[in-house]
Order: sequence, then structure tokens, then C-alpha cells
Amino acid sequence: MSSSSSSPILRTQELTRRFGEFTAVDRLTLSVEPGEIFGLIGPNGAGKTTTIKMLTTLLPPTSGEATIAGYDLRRDPAEVRRSIGYVPQLISADAQVSGYENLWVFARLYSIPRAEREVRIRDALEFMGLSGVADELVKNYSGGMIRRLEIAQALMHRPRVLFLDEPTVGLDPLARDAVWEQIERLRGHYGTSLMLTTHYMEEADRLCERIAVMHRGKVVALGTPAALKASLGAPNATLQDVFTKYAGEEVEMAGGGYREAGRTRRVAVRLE
Amino acid sequence: MSQFVSSSPPIAPAPRGIGRTISEGLGQGVAIFGLEARKLAHDPSELLFRAVQPALWLIIFGGVFSSIHVIPTAPYTYLQFLTPGILAQSVLFISIFYGIASIRERELGIITKFLVSPTPRVILVGARGLSASMRGLSQALIVILLALGLGVALNFDPLALAGVVVAIILGAALFSTLSMIIASIVKTQERFLGIGQLLTMPLFFASSAIYPLSVMPAWLRPIALANPLTYLVDALRTLMLPGETGLYPLWVDFAVLLGVTVLLTVVESRLYPRMAQ
Repeated sequence: MSSSSSSPILRTQELTRRFGEFTAVDRLTLSVEPGEIFGLIGPNGAGKTTTIKMLTTLLPPTSGEATIAGYDLRRDPAEVRRSIGYVPQLISADAQVSGYENLWVFARLYSIPRAEREVRIRDALEFMGLSGVADELVKNYSGGMIRRLEIAQALMHRPRVLFLDEPTVGLDPLARDAVWEQIERLRGHYGTSLMLTTHYMEEADRLCERIAVMHRGKVVALGTPAALKASLGAPNATLQDVFTKYAGEEVEMAGGGYREAGRTRRVAVRLE
Repeated sequence: MSQFVSSSPPIAPAPRGIGRTISEGLGQGVAIFGLEARKLAHDPSELLFRAVQPALWLIIFGGVFSSIHVIPTAPYTYLQFLTPGILAQSVLFISIFYGIASIRERELGIITKFLVSPTPRVILVGARGLSASMRGLSQALIVILLALGLGVALNFDPLALAGVVVAIILGAALFSTLSMIIASIVKTQERFLGIGQLLTMPLFFASSAIYPLSVMPAWLRPIALANPLTYLVDALRTLMLPGETGLYPLWVDFAVLLGVTVLLTVVESRLYPRMAQ
């Protein structure tokens, strides 16, 4: 728990999801403060994506509770949906229409009033540096542009919490830098809280104020990047060392099996 | 642009009145419909490719069977009888693979984004079903132009044409929703295409599209009567052929098409969210 005096914007209590015998997320209890960038790291299968799917109302929890922006996840999923934005790991912009049209659809799905719609769309395009390509079909966008469009899409309704699942997977270092910059700017600009998952330790280190290391469905370490590194007791410890300490024996499992590997690589290929 | 302040405590909103729920729902439906319309506008090539098949059926199949007079369709010529049937068939064919779009959107992450939005599931599904009617109506235009070119006498009473439009909207929504249900169940492209192929021909042949129920063997007739395509064909035939009264009154045809569409929409509204789990 952080020292902030305001109440958390997101709180989970013993949140659990089982698939048959397998417990993907095991009594997860954590909270995110308003305006905080919170990272979930851990090997494939640690439960990061399942956690995000539950918190975004896509997957009903087996047990436990969560509140987001004051709304109960189980009792009030419709209000939770109005309060959050989500950028999935897989590509979620529609390649067959233009960037503008992608935003137009979501402006309407979120019932942004007609008078504000055009302004929000133009602002979102400008904020993400896409004004010049607004009317191009998304299939002609670069990977970095697609990601920025997806973030713009998820921001138009001014969510209280934005979920980013592996926001920079498949991007080259330059495009990754651009996305990081936008993430930091949007938090400063809109005060949005962010929860992101990542496999890139430098990404977690640079962006996140607090990080939860997940392993086999449980949070095994939680704290600021500095505190996590310091907890190892070794000089010059990196976040990579933290990861190895808590999830290291899973190396054989890294890559997450055929299906996951296929999905990740498909994203990587499509983003190129 | 940034008046939004996220650190303020959450405020419980005023209860949403039914009026607001309906107007938001309509707006969300317009969004889904508009997205489909824009996709078609950016790439209408599929609609043109789809014109080939009805042309072959009308010109070759219709031509051959007209000249050998084996199918009793008096008082109408065989081409007259066949035209509404081929129209219904092309609506079926263009709709029955519509679910492939859900599968592609699932393989990407597009579906999750729709499901995370506050749009009620029934609107996500219903609006997609209705937007499939744009594809169905494009087929109607093609088939009617073809029939005119072949000199087929059809009923062009404006009220009848309006009825044709409604019948096609319902038929396209029905079969595209059925297609989305199959997609939600099988989830992969390979299985979906297999089942789609498996389903198309039986639906087509066990209907009154290319021959009247009266010439069917007795065992096939009850199957044809349980086939929604038969009711689409019946409605189109009643509306398009001068003086035709149909197997059933028009209201029965429309009630069956509407009832089945609503039922399938409700079922798919339950299945669709599982595509993102």
C-alpha cells in the first residue's frame, strides 16, 4: 500500500480465477492509487493477462472482489466499463478503415455527445501524433502508429484507469521509445492511472512507480523498482535480477507454449 | 481539453433513465453499422465477386431447366419461379460466412475492445446482424438487374419492393447471426469454413429455392418446412411474382424470419463474450 492519503482508484481483494484444476490467479490483493503507473511482471502463465481480463470485465472471477473507480466489478460491470480503457496485447485497431474512423466508432460506443465528438477525435489524433495520417487506412500504418492509435482509442472517453497489456510487444526500439513517451505524457495530461503488463524489464523500470512480480498466480514481490532492487541486497542489482530471483526457476516454461508463442509472434509480425 | 481531474473521488452518477439507455443504445448501434458500411465502402470488391454466382444460377441453371420443362411451376415460367429463389440463395451465401469476421477479430484483439466498451452485448450482436443486410441488399440489386436483363416479369409495385427490402434485411440478419453463433462455438477459421460449407448446401437444397415443395420427396418436406430459408423464399416469391399467394400468408413468413432472428440474436449475445475469454 502506498503512502498516498487519497483512496485507491483500483482495489482487488482475494481476486481468484480458476480454469478447472488450474488456478491462474490466486487470491490477488493489491491496490492502485490515482495517477499511479502500476506494473505487473512475471513469466508467461503467471496470471498477468488473466488479471487484466478480470479487471476489464472480460472474464468473470471465480471468487474475490474488486472495485474500480468506486464501482464493484461484479455488481456494476457496465459502470466499470465506462470508467476504464483497455489496450489489449493483440492488435485492436481495425485495419480496414482509417484512423479517424477507428476513433469515430469508439467515440459513439462510449456515447460521447455529438458536440464533443469531433473535438475529442481531433485532440486524440493530435496528442498521439497521428493528425497527418488520420484519413489513411490503418493497414498502411507502422506498428508504432497502430499502438498509438489504439491508446488514443482507449483514451477518448477519459477513463479513470487505463489497462495496457504488453504495450510495446513487437515494436522496434525507436517506436517503443515513442510509445513510452506518450504513456508518460498522457498520465501527466489526463491524470489517468495505468496498469500495464510487460516482459521488458527496462520498460517496467522506466515507466512504473510500483511493480508487482507475479508467479504462478500470486504476487511474490511488490514495491517501487528501487525498493525491489534494494531488497536483493546486492550492489547494482537490476530489475532483471529481481525477476530471476522470484520467477527464475520457470525458465523452461518461458515462451508459454505453442498457442501463446503463435499469438505473440503474430502480433510481432503484424506490427512490423 | 484536460479539465478531467482523476484524483477527485468517484461520484455516483444519476440513475440512467430508460430514455437515455435507448438513445445511447441507438448511437452504439449506429457506430457498429457505420463501421461495417465504411469497410464496404473502402473495399467493395467482395460484393462484385459475389455477383458471379447468382448470374451463373440464373443464366445457366435457369436457362437449361427452363428449356426442358421438368419442374412444374405453372402459371409462372421457371425463370420467374427461380428468380426469388436465387435471390434468397445469394442472401444466404453472402451471410452464412459472415462469422469469419468475428473469428478474424478474435485472432486480433478487436473483439476485446468492443466487449470492454459499455455497449450492451445484444446491441453488439444485433447491429452486426443488421449491418449484414447491406451485403444482402447489394445482392438483391444484382439479382433484380440480372432478371430484368433476362426479361423476367416481376412485380414492381413499390409496396412489394419495400416488402422485398424488409424480407432481405431479416433474412441476412438471420443467417449472419447464425454464422456468428457458429463462429463463437468453433472459434477457428478451419473448423468454421468446414461447418459453413457443410451447412450451405443442405440449407439451400432443403428449401423451396429451386423447386416447389410439391415435387419434394415426402421425407424432405418437413425438413424444408423447418428451414428458415423456405420462409424467405416464400416471402420473396409472394412479393415478386404477380398474383402469387405463397405457401403461407406474408405475415407468417415475416413472423418466422423475425422470430428466428431474435432468438438467434439472444443466443449469440450470450456466446459472443466468450470469444474474448
